[in-house]
Amino acid sequence: MTKQYKTLGDDIWKNKVEKINAELFTLTYGSIVAQLVKDYEDFTEVNKQLEKMGYNIGTRLIEDFLARSGVGRCQDFRETAEMVSKVGFKMFLNITPAVTNISADGREFSLVLDENPLAECVELPDQALVDELWYSNILCGVLRGSLEMVQMQVDAFFVTDTLRGDDMTEIRVKLIRYLEEEVPAGED
Amino acid sequence: MNATHSSSSSGGSGIGSGPLGQGNSPTCYFVIIGTKDNPIYEAEFVSVNTARSSSGGATIPEAKKEEFRHLNQFIAHSALDMVEDLQWSTNQMYLKAIDKFNERFISAYLTAGNIKLLLLHDAKSDDAIRNFFNDCYELYIKTLLNPFYEPNSIISSSAFDTKVRASAKRYL
Repeated sequence: MTKQYKTLGDDIWKNKVEKINAELFTLTYGSIVAQLVKDYEDFTEVNKQLEKMGYNIGTRLIEDFLARSGVGRCQDFRETAEMVSKVGFKMFLNITPAVTNISADGREFSLVLDENPLAECVELPDQALVDELWYSNILCGVLRGSLEMVQMQVDAFFVTDTLRGDDMTEIRVKLIRYLEEEVPAGED
Repeated sequence: MNATHSSSSSGGSGIGSGPLGQGNSPTCYFVIIGTKDNPIYEAEFVSVNTARSSSGGATIPEAKKEEFRHLNQFIAHSALDMVEDLQWSTNQMYLKAIDKFNERFISAYLTAGNIKLLLLHDAKSDDAIRNFFNDCYELYIKTLLNPFYEPNSIISSSAFDTKVRASAKRYL
C-alpha cells in the first residue's frame, strides 16, 4: 500500500509538476519570516501568522493536489498520513517525511522531516531560540487547511526542530474530529 | 593552542611583532570589512604551520601584547587604500600580498559585493592563503543566505567563528 503511494508520488513529481529554483524558494520564504519577525517582534505572534498563512495556502492547495493525483477517499486516518507524506509532500516539496509514532487509536501521527527545503542555511537569532519560534510553521497551517477541506479537523504543531538545536524536525498531527457536511443556514 | 616554537608564548594567542620588530610568534589577524569600511568579523589565529626557525626566544609579556593588538586594526585599515587601488587593475578576487608592515604581510581578497577579507600574516605560501580565503568566502556566502542576517552587519554566529578557525587551522 505504501509502495503504491510512493510510486504515485514519484511519478507525479517527475511528470506533472512544474519546478522552480530551490534557492529562490528558500530565500523567498526566509524573507517572509524575517519580515514578519521585524514587523511583529513577538515570536508567538509570528508563529500564529505563519500558521494562518499556511491555512490559506492549504485550503487552495488541496484542490491542486486532488486534481493532479486523482486519488480517491482514504479509508482511515493512517492512510491519510501515508498519503500526505508520500504523495503530498513529495509533490510540493520533493521530500518524503517519515510517518512515525502512530497512536494506538490511530488518531495521531508524527511526520519526521529529515531535510527541510524551507530552512536551508538558516540560523535563528538568539532571541528566537529563547522565545520558541517555529521557523517552518507555515507547514502546520498548510496541513490544517488542506485536511479541513476534506472534512477532517486536525491540529498540527511542531514538536522539535533542527534549527532550534534538536536532533530532528518533527510535526505532530492530531485528528480532532471528522466534519459533517453542513447544510448552509437558511435552506431548511 | 600552542605553536611548536620555543619562542612563542604559552598563554593565549601570541601577538606578532610590534613596531619594535621583536618576537616571532606566528599570529595571523583576519578581518572581514564591509562596504562602509566597517569590520564585520575579526579573528586571530596562532598558526602552527609556518616554517620559521625559532631563535631562542624572548617571550613578550602579556601586557605588551595587549598594546600590539589594536595595531592590527590600524595596519588593516591602512591597507584598505591599497585594495581600492589594486581592485581596478585585475579581475581576480584574490589580490595576494598588497602591503607590508615591518615584517608582516597583508593579503587581501575582494568579493563581488565589495567585501574585503584581509589577512595579516608572516611569510606564507600564496596557495595556502588562497585556499583559506576561498573557504572563508564560502562561509560568508552561507551567512548571507541566512534570512536573519542583515548584510554589512556584524557576524556574531559562533558556528561561523568555529568554522573559520577550523579552516585557519587547516591551511595556515
